[in-house]
Amino acid sequence: MRLGWECQNHFVKSSGPTIKRALPRIGVLAIQGDYAAHAAALAEAGAEPSLVKTLDDLRLDGESLDGIVLPGGESTTMLKFLERHGMFEALSEFCRTRPAFGTCAGAILLAREVRNPPQRALGLLDAVVERNAYGRQIDSAILHSETTLDPEPLEMVFIRAPRILEIGPGVETLAWREGSPALVRQGTLLAATFHPELSSDRRVHRFFVAEVMAARG
Amino acid sequence: MPEQAENKKVAQTSLRLKIGLAEMLKGGVIMDVMNVEQARIAEEAGAVSVMALERVPAMIRAEGGVARMAKPSLIKQIIQAVSIPVMAKARIGHFAEAQILQQLGVDFIDESEVLTPADETHHIDKHGFKTPFVCGARNLGEALRRIAEGAAMIRTKGEAGTGDVVHAVKHMRQITKEMKALTVLSEQELYAAAKELQAPYELVRMVAEAGKLPVPNFSAGGIATPADAALMMQLGAEAIFVGSGIFMKERATPLDVENDARERDEAVSRAKAIVIATTHYNDPKILAEVSEQVTGTMKGLAAAAIEEKELLQTRGW
Repeated sequence: MRLGWECQNHFVKSSGPTIKRALPRIGVLAIQGDYAAHAAALAEAGAEPSLVKTLDDLRLDGESLDGIVLPGGESTTMLKFLERHGMFEALSEFCRTRPAFGTCAGAILLAREVRNPPQRALGLLDAVVERNAYGRQIDSAILHSETTLDPEPLEMVFIRAPRILEIGPGVETLAWREGSPALVRQGTLLAATFHPELSSDRRVHRFFVAEVMAARG
Repeated sequence: MPEQAENKKVAQTSLRLKIGLAEMLKGGVIMDVMNVEQARIAEEAGAVSVMALERVPAMIRAEGGVARMAKPSLIKQIIQAVSIPVMAKARIGHFAEAQILQQLGVDFIDESEVLTPADETHHIDKHGFKTPFVCGARNLGEALRRIAEGAAMIRTKGEAGTGDVVHAVKHMRQITKEMKALTVLSEQELYAAAKELQAPYELVRMVAEAGKLPVPNFSAGGIATPADAALMMQLGAEAIFVGSGIFMKERATPLDVENDARERDEAVSRAKAIVIATTHYNDPKILAEVSEQVTGTMKGLAAAAIEEKELLQTRGW
């Protein structure tokens, strides 16, 4: 999958601006949080990032974005904002039809059920997520774990991290933290309880960009 | 030697985690709260974090006396009441207060000039803590000295408790100007710049290369309206601290959010509006709408009318 992507990237570089749209355009929800880090990571992984603050931002030049990243940050802040500005339903619809990748707070937003405390979520990812499951900031940690993405282990930066307590039968686990799923996929949805955007390793973002390319056909 | 390498690795991991939390707060509003009800209002309005304290800067300014770390019982109640990160202030140089705050599970410690300084020479050695620290700065040299001591976030000092944004603007512009100036210097000139800034050469070089601080740069000190928040964000702030601007009515009187429904509504309207303005800082249409929805603003105190010796920003160096 990675090889396929690199070929594509090479193709873009060697050609004129007319096929610039070969780069997938991926939105980054920019209510608050580390959306700038995600935008930089997406650019490194070969996508064209585009910040999403309003409903209109889900489209660019009259065309829908090809996918979206829901970044790390505070899930309560993002949720209130989405509800208050009529974006909850539109984002839900977008993530139902296009690839979406949620990290930490973003994974919480995608979940079917949220605990500690219970809060509303988009309900797209068949998973139960517990917020701040490992404690407070002093319990934040950088760990390394096996991943099915690649033979090399993955660095995982956990900041006041959530834990995926349960996953449905349609959800595949791609990496773990002490036996709990830390990176999961369900169709074109990808969710991480850690922050790949805060590592220099771009494998997870490249994987998502490849998924977006595949979904676009 | 292997032990040294291991220690260095541990220190780097620790700093990455500290800066990581600061990254999560970007684009958000951190609100000063004095009780559980205010903390709940802040969270409901969409604050990314709350700062637990007994008196907001406007009250400290009006009432005087020694301002210290908040009572542990208050901090614990607020930690219990909200799911967002909780910050608390320690006095400059008061590492024992910081140790207590870390023990209480506070997510970020603000070594703050708003409280009465405990040490006239030394700031806290922040590398020794697992909990991240934020520190105030008026200029680049001050910011880099705090980062050298281990701060994971810088905020402009502004002039806390006034509701007058003029010094927050001044400090943000000063830091930005000094950073820009470094980017055009030669290697040789950077050594002299480090000397002038009274900051470590390595950090000066990092700023010269990146054109920005190696940690997130937030803004504080006098931000009272949605327009103030938008102004600071447009000037380059990565997030906003609001102290007295949300829950204060008169100079030393807070809105009574616990017993007066109308005053509670006013606080809610201010808090929500500042949160929205911080996200949409460069969208005048939305800024106009949210500014219209606010039902009141703290009275404020012109910073120019404050005597030099009464300024909070000159504490720390």
